[in-house]
Order: sequence, then structure tokens, then C-alpha cells
Amino acid sequence: MTDRLALSGITKRYPSVVANDAVSLRVAPGEIHAVLGENGAGKSTLMKVIYGAVRPDAGEIRFDGTPVVVRTPQEARRLGVSMVFQHFSLFETVTVAENVWLGLDRSLSLAQVAARIRAKAGEYGLEIDPERPVHTLSVGERQRVEIVRALLTDPRLLILDEPTSVLTPQAVERLFVTLRQLAGTGCSILYISHKLDEIRALCSACTVMRAGKVTGVVDPRQETNASLSRLMIGAEPPALQHRPSRAGAVALAVRGLSLPRLSPFGVDLAEVGLELRAGEVLGIAGVSGNGQQELLAALSGEDPRAPAAAIELLGEQVGGASPGRRRDLGLHFVPEERLGRGAVPTLSLAANLLLTRRESLRAGGWIARAPLAAQAGSIIERFRVKAGGPQSLARSLSGGNLQKFIMGREIDANPKVLIVAQPTWGVDVGAAAQIRAALLSLRDAGCAVLVVSEELDELFELSDRLMVIARGRMSPSIVRADASVGQIGEWMSGLWPGAVVPEPESDPEPARAPAAEPAA
Amino acid sequence: MIALEARPEPSRALAWLSPLIALAITVVVAAALFAALGRDPVQGLRMFLYEPLNGARGVSEVALKSTPLILCALGLALCFRSNVWNIGAEGQFLLGAITGGGLALFFTANQIAIERWVFFPLVIVAGALGGMVWAGIVAMLRDRFNASEILVSLMLVYVANLLLSYLVFGPWKDPKGFNFPQTMSFASGTTLPRIVTGLRAHWGLAVALLAAAVMWVFMFRTFRGYQLQVGGLAPAAARYAGFSSRRALWTALLVSGGLAGVAGAFEAVGPAGQLTPHLSTGYGFTAIIVAFVGRLHPVGCVLGSVLLSMFLIGGELSQSRIGLPSALTGVFQGVLLFSLLACDTLITYRFRWRGPMLARGAAA
Repeated sequence: MTDRLALSGITKRYPSVVANDAVSLRVAPGEIHAVLGENGAGKSTLMKVIYGAVRPDAGEIRFDGTPVVVRTPQEARRLGVSMVFQHFSLFETVTVAENVWLGLDRSLSLAQVAARIRAKAGEYGLEIDPERPVHTLSVGERQRVEIVRALLTDPRLLILDEPTSVLTPQAVERLFVTLRQLAGTGCSILYISHKLDEIRALCSACTVMRAGKVTGVVDPRQETNASLSRLMIGAEPPALQHRPSRAGAVALAVRGLSLPRLSPFGVDLAEVGLELRAGEVLGIAGVSGNGQQELLAALSGEDPRAPAAAIELLGEQVGGASPGRRRDLGLHFVPEERLGRGAVPTLSLAANLLLTRRESLRAGGWIARAPLAAQAGSIIERFRVKAGGPQSLARSLSGGNLQKFIMGREIDANPKVLIVAQPTWGVDVGAAAQIRAALLSLRDAGCAVLVVSEELDELFELSDRLMVIARGRMSPSIVRADASVGQIGEWMSGLWPGAVVPEPESDPEPARAPAAEPAA
Repeated sequence: MIALEARPEPSRALAWLSPLIALAITVVVAAALFAALGRDPVQGLRMFLYEPLNGARGVSEVALKSTPLILCALGLALCFRSNVWNIGAEGQFLLGAITGGGLALFFTANQIAIERWVFFPLVIVAGALGGMVWAGIVAMLRDRFNASEILVSLMLVYVANLLLSYLVFGPWKDPKGFNFPQTMSFASGTTLPRIVTGLRAHWGLAVALLAAAVMWVFMFRTFRGYQLQVGGLAPAAARYAGFSSRRALWTALLVSGGLAGVAGAFEAVGPAGQLTPHLSTGYGFTAIIVAFVGRLHPVGCVLGSVLLSMFLIGGELSQSRIGLPSALTGVFQGVLLFSLLACDTLITYRFRWRGPMLARGAAA
């Protein structure tokens, strides 16, 4: 049988890096083919080449056996290639049908488009209401819109870029059902991911990339996580040493914290409560956009609207205190955005130290430059940050290295409470292992650590206790050993014992399937 | 085909070269313009680039015009680095002229004798206060009502202009001035000490250079200066660190207003020697160009001020000597700023020659 898609010798050079180096890829009709690799391995560039968004410097693309030149995404769509991007491209203020209409042939009326959406969604068992404005949809629902939009073009090749990073485990299962059904109709699927379990569960072939090159083409069902990860990173990540915790006194307590949203598309925090003890790691799971940002801003002091008594840090009421005051008390915070929030892109690493560290300031606010550079140098060395030196600009570092520097900056301050958002987002496997180990050794030294992450694997690996945030409310806490992925996944839908199930006004993604009987 | 391509790293060299390239482009455009107007380009360029610095009198005039430009541009550089878009230095300049000139008028009208060197610090304080009040209005409206500082500061320029006109047409008009809209000439004790007798450059220049040095230390060696700049470079990082954006707003505007006010006071009690409705020749606006040509750096502000002063004088010379309108100065300022903005693209991008794609693909 002729391959649906065959790439050979695809090469794409950028000024500082060869993103694709003689890459070949073959996808059979009706095959679900995984492209596996770390961030920066060249997966996205390769997909953009197929989709016509990037032109390769060399190489050949064959579609159904015919050599083709894909100059633009329009040409790719004409060939039957459809792509669902990791970051959705929907207009928030208009309805689902209007969004889909924008990308379609003008000859259809809006009502016809809505009808086609309903038909296509029904065919694949996807629940979508074409009349709803997009800003009321959860991330999972938005992804369904993107998928239906792609399906309406009757694609022969569907590309999905990291589709599960925003989904609950249950929603991932439902997505897989849809994809298998689609593959059954003969549509080929390219599935880009770095999640090994998913690839082994879904895909029948897998092309592994590392540093722009293909390192193997395997059948993932025959492989183990360890063997795939060897292909992906060249080594297995060291296993994490997780000793039992010795939790001490309560270091950070949040009681009855309710905050109205600041932006129209934000989330209201409702009666949030949690207790974090010294010497433990508390993990907060949740689908993105369920109040994590708002909670973190209230805890860090970036949003000082909380009543003083709602947040107690080491016995002091700090609800309205500034970030600086909280830092003086021993609370340090690593935000999820590294460039622009955790670090100033155009300043040196040494200068970025001054955001949260005052050791190199002299009386009267003079900056002591030599000690500052030495301090930055020691953090770079201790946390094995790959950088030119203390004077390198923050934006010249890769995401993982900058994250190591920022984590290092906060850990090096010997915090009493450390709050970390998405500690290993976009960080390569080796650096991620290093960051997780550093968090655990900090915990063993008696620091109270709060980790907010969307990666369940990571939370299960790190945490002593888990909590879930959904629609701005907090679940009860559960000891990690007693928790299962399925249970946490259900909680991520807002369905924990005793949960208040509000009207599905803004964001009932997870609740849609089992909404009929709230667990009460 | 030429394509613009992002550089992996912004070029530091070009960040400094860009103003020089822009100047070169301006010179070429200027030469072409002179030729098109039927004048000798070499002679025309001499008016702008050589004559202003020819001889002691020339240097003195450049120093005289540089003084207010340096003071205004330093404050603006601090504002722009802090993400505070104060474009009303002209208004703050005029207010400083009113308070500084008002002080001189008070001594003159009441015939109180005062030494020049005693009056010197007094007029600095008076001018600074005037400019700070004017900039303080901008800061307050921004802080309290989130009003755009761009619009407010610009509109206050016109208010300041009318206030000055009101004073010189009304209460402060010289009773013996044949009804001309001007104050009486300030007594010699209330004018600025000159650096060299007979030349108009005054010791305000030393104040401006000192301010540049202090500004450099503040920007690059103190934590306060650092905090302000973080607020401008990455507001989210400033919030994360807990640096107050309100304090940054007030500091930047008060410092900038104060410096522009001092410049205005110097202009009133220096070369002008009295208040008239046409006291300023747009120093506060020219200083915006100076600040950007000078890369928002204190040393760059000093160099940029010298260059733009030469343009101002060159414009006057070309009017008197080769019969071209002095509006040429404005044209050249505009060309310089546009070329600079265009050249700044090269800091983060570079040119690349591109052959046809297909040929290359087939060759590989």
C-alpha cells in the first residue's frame, strides 16, 4: 500500500540551530503515528513543514506517492492535511459556529455551518453546542471545537500537536476513542507528544526524534517507557529518591479565601482553603484555567486583595502583604512564566538575581556588582545552569536552563515556604529530574513546598499529599499513597465528595459527561 | 531577493552603531536636499556639521543650546526606561521658566540685591519645583484615574504655554515695556554666571553634566534605579518581585519634571534674561529625539544634545547665509529620528540574500 505521507531528507536550518537534519517519516493510511521527542527536538518544525507553514531547505515530501511542494497552509489543506495546534486559534467573543464559519467556504450560511457541526460532532460522539460563545467553553471543549473544525474538512491526514496537555485523564480517554474511530475511516493521524504512556496506548507506529534527527522508528506497543525514553533522550532519567516525609508545623494556611476574578475570562476563587506543613510537598492538580493563576497570585502577593486573615504565613496574617514582605518572612515563589515574570529577558542573570535577592545590596541601596556576579556565578554552578556566565542575558538561555536558574535563585535563599508553578514545563527530561530532586531535598531540609502542576505524573512523583482545584474551588486533601489517577481525574472535574456543583455557567468541561448525578 | 531574518541574539554593536548609521543617512539625505534646492551640498553640510563648532563663539552657542537639551533628555530617558511615556517635557520646561523667571522678577521688581552665586542654587530649586508640580499633575491623574500620561503630559504643554502668555500679557507685564508682552529685564544679580566673559554659555552646563553623571549612577548602580527599569522592561516581573509601579511612576515623572523645570529656569534667567511668550524653541520636544538618539543612556543624551544643538544652529546659519528656511532643522531632525527607528530594526534583524528556494532544494 502506498504511504499516505512520506518525507525523506527533510532539512531545515535556523541561524543558530539545525531544527531538522535529514528527517524521514512514513505514515500509512489509517495509521496513528506518533512523533516523540523532547522540547526542541524538532517535532514542531517538522509538522510546520508538512503543514506548509515552514519551507524546508532540502528534502522531498510525497503525498499518496506523488511528490508535492507545500508552500502555504492553504495548499496543505487542499491536499487534505489538517492540523490542531497546541495553542488554540479561536476568537473568544463569538460563538463556536461563527468561529468555524470563519475558516470555511463562504457559500454556506451560518445555520448550515451549525448543522454541519452538529452532524459531524454527533458522528464522533463529541458534545458541542455550536451556539455557545467560545469564552464560556473549557479548554477541553475548545479542543473539541478545533477537532470538529478539522474534521469538517474531511482530512486525509490529521496532525495533533501535544493534544492532551490541557485535558483530564478522562478527557484523554474520550479523545483517544474519537481518534481511533477517525483512523478507522482511513484518515492517518500524526500524534505529537512527549508522553510515553499515551503513545504506547494509542499509536501503532512511532518516530522518535532527538536534536533534529530521527533516532528510531518503532512499534510503541512493543516498547517500554524505559526503551522509548532511551531513544528520546539517549539515557534513562535517574529514579527519584522519595523518602517518607516528616511533616512539621503548619507553615502556610489559607482559610475561606474568596476573590472575584480580575479579568473577564478569569476564575472566581470560592472559599479556598489549604494547609501546608513544613517538610512536606503538597501538590495541587487541576486542568489549566480553573483558578490556579488566581490562587498563585493571591499567595505570592501579586494580587494583594485577599483579606489579611485569609492567608497565614508562619503565624502572621499576610493576605494583603506585598510580595516583598512575604519574601522577607520566608515565602519564595517560582511562577510558570519564566521570561517576563520570573526573569527580565533583557537583563543579565546577575541583574535578575536582584528581583528576589537582596544579599548584594549595600546600605542606601547601592548595588555591589562584584558580589552580585559572584552570587549569580555560584547559583549557575550549583544548579548546573548552562549559560555563558553571570552576565549572560536571561533570554539567551534555553527554557530549561532559565528555569534551573530561577529555581536555583529561590532555593538558594533557603525559603521556609516555596511555591512552584509548573516546575518542569518545557524542561528537558534530564533537567526536570534535577529540578524534582532539588525540590525533594528542600523538603527534606524542612521547607514547606507547594507544587501546582498540570502534569499528574509529576504530582504523583513529588507530592506527599494532593489536592485538586476545579472552577476556583479546592478539593479535600488526600495522601498520595491513597490516591489513584482515576480518582484525581474525577476530582479534576470538580466531583469530589461533598463538592458544591454550581450551575455550569462558565466552565463545565469535565462536568458535562457525569453532570447528571453529582456526587454528594 | 533580500530578506530580513531574526538574529539569534540582538547585536550589541549595532545598538551603538545604529545612531551613527542614522546620522550618515541623514547627511546623505541632507546633501541631496541641498543639491535639489540648487545649493552646494558641501557648503550646506558645512553649515550643520562644521560651522557650529568653528571658533569659541560657536562652541559657546552649542553649549548654550545643549544645556536645556541634556537636562530634558536625561529625565525623559529615565521615564522611557520606566515605561512612563512623558512627552510633555516642554510644558514642564515652561513651568520651570515661569517659577525661575518669577523668582528673578521678584528680586528685580523689589530691587533686592543678590549675588549671582547665591541666586544660582535658588533658581535651580525654583525651576525644579515648577517642573515637578507640572509633572506631578500627570502622575496624579495617572495614578488616581489611570489617565494616559501621554495625552495628559502633552495637553499640559498647551496649558503651560497659555499660563505663560497670561502672565506676560497680564500681571507680570513690564510697565515700561511699551505694552510688549514681556517682563522687565532681570537684574544682573538674578542672571546666570557665565563660564567665559563675553560668551553666552553659562554654568548651567556644569549642572547638566553633573546631572548626567548622577543619572548614570542612579540608573546603573542603585537598587531604586534598577527597580524603575524592571518596571519598564517587564511589568509582570516587577509585580512578581514586589516593586511598586506607583513609586516608579511618581519617581520617573518627578525627576523628569524637575530636570525639565531647571532647564526652563536656566533658559529664562540665562540667555533670555526676561520672560516672553516665545521663550522656548521646543527644547522639550527636541529632547525626545535626543533621548532616543542617545539610546536612553546618560552619556548618549549628552552626545545627542550636542548633535541636535548643531542642527539647531545649522538651521539658523543656513537661513542667514545661504537663504534657506530654518525649518530645515525640523526636516533633518525628522529624517534623523526616522532613520534611527529604521536602523534599530537591524539590532534584532539582519539582511540575508536568498536564492530561489526550489533550486536549492533540488541541489541538495
